[in-house]
Amino acid sequence: MLIVGASLAGMRAAETLRLEGFEGSITMVGDEPEPPYDRPPLSKEILSGEWQADRTALYRPEALEALELTWRLGVRAVGLDIAGRSVALDDGEVLRGDGVVLATGARPRTLRNAEPLDGVYTLRSLTDALAIREEFLAQPSRVVVVGAGFIGAEVAAVAREQGLSVTMVEIAEVPLQRVLGAEMGAVCAEVHSDHGVDLLMGAAVGSLVGGDDGRVHQVVFSDGSRLEADMVVVGIGVVPNTEWLEGSGLRLGDGVVCDETCLAAPGIVAAGDVARWPNKLFADSMRVEHWDNAVEQGSAAARRLLAGAAGCAGASYTPVPWFWSDQYDRKIQLAGRTREDDEVKVVTGSVDERRFAAIYGRAGRIVGVLGFNRPRHVMLYRRLIASAASWEEALAVAEGDG
Amino acid sequence: MSYRVVVNFDLCESNAVCMQVAPEVFEVRDDDFLYILDETPAEELRAKVTEAVQRCPKQAIAIAEG
Ligand SMILES: Cc1cc2nc3c(=O)[nH]c(=O)nc-3n(C[C@H](O)[C@H](O)[C@H](O)COP(=O)(O)OP(=O)(O)OC[C@H]3O[C@@H](n4cnc5c(N)ncnc54)[C@H](O)[C@@H]3O)c2cc1C
Ligand code: SF4
Repeated sequence: MLIVGASLAGMRAAETLRLEGFEGSITMVGDEPEPPYDRPPLSKEILSGEWQADRTALYRPEALEALELTWRLGVRAVGLDIAGRSVALDDGEVLRGDGVVLATGARPRTLRNAEPLDGVYTLRSLTDALAIREEFLAQPSRVVVVGAGFIGAEVAAVAREQGLSVTMVEIAEVPLQRVLGAEMGAVCAEVHSDHGVDLLMGAAVGSLVGGDDGRVHQVVFSDGSRLEADMVVVGIGVVPNTEWLEGSGLRLGDGVVCDETCLAAPGIVAAGDVARWPNKLFADSMRVEHWDNAVEQGSAAARRLLAGAAGCAGASYTPVPWFWSDQYDRKIQLAGRTREDDEVKVVTGSVDERRFAAIYGRAGRIVGVLGFNRPRHVMLYRRLIASAASWEEALAVAEGDG
Repeated sequence: MSYRVVVNFDLCESNAVCMQVAPEVFEVRDDDFLYILDETPAEELRAKVTEAVQRCPKQAIAIAEG
């Protein structure tokens, strides 16, 4: 078996192949030099300095060894031959497999018309996190975070906890507006302003301007206004790493387009941030950029390969996406498939105390749940979403649960 | 072969993922703490517990054999 992308989804696929009894060879191809590491701590414990880099390892060395994998780290896959199920590497080698897992993840989107300047960062890799950490330690006088999504929010939170001056810039009127809606987005905004973050909402960044030293010193907005900054962290979303698959014959469209069982072509599956598939539970095509999905889909994709090899049909992959984010002392969790125009109802706790759960409904069904320090409730409603419960049922559960 | 479920409570952040996977074994209660309902679950639950180990975002769960 060949697994391209040696991170969370790829590793969980490898692990599942072994758990399911696959004894053949498994080759992991990954362009990062480090053994597989975990990304969520990068914007949390690594940025704050609470953890050293080695704590992000996804597996203890013994556990990695027990999986008996063949490693091709520090090399990049540059092409896929679907019929031959072979992958070409940038060092000229071509690997062949009976099955291929595509798990090349995603990379940060960057600002358009931004020339390369010192002091400007995106955050995806351990290297990125350590560089931002170092920059924080040098005490920049103003950090501008572009994008109020989860990554931007976590970076802003850590920067404030380190005592830095932070401005968060967002093109929408409230953070996460398209996902959480205006009301809950406003709650997220308040959490930041309570902690001393300057919020600039509804502001579109036009360009970044550097000084003679080659370092960023101003953010210029599309309306012409300017903001002084000596450090900028851009968190405006990610794009799936599919360029290497162009011309392979696979369908690409904001991700590797798979069927409902994660199959992209015979003997070829995709999982994690790079995979797009129709999730029957929501009757919607999805590409999910969450940790839990990378784990679950990595396993599902591995099982799909084994099923295919045994001549069986694969199972539909129908998860309820779930995500967590740590900001200050709040653990924010979101499950389901929420949209801006969904009905929102707080079912437990109080928004003022920032400890509550709110459910999202659409077309008579519960489709999502948002929790601020309410883990148990998020999982309770996540189960209801998984069983396609109606909005009435969800409200009845809320009534009973109090 | 019997096995034991071990949770490192210093790492656990009570996000209840394990409870969703194996409610027979894990429960996060109203106080937001995780309780292990069964430290030595039946062999039939091993697959679920193994999935909980994989799915725990904090790598807080381990299976001790024997
Ligand atoms: C800073 C940060 C914080 C996060 N925090 C949270 C959180 O709190 N909660 C949450 O739910 N999720 C969080 N996430 C998201 C979560 O980490 C991702 O969903 C997860 O990493 C996806 O795993 P993946 O294996 O699909 O992709 P990735 O982790 O992106 O791994 C893909 C791997 O493939 C490699 N690769 C790419 N192209 C090639 C190629 N052509 N050849 C070889 N190798 C290649 C990449 O370098 C990478 O190593 C966070 C992400 C980041 C970056
Ligand atoms: S999944 Fe892990 S972190 Fe979450 S409650 Fe269970 S043991 Fe704790």
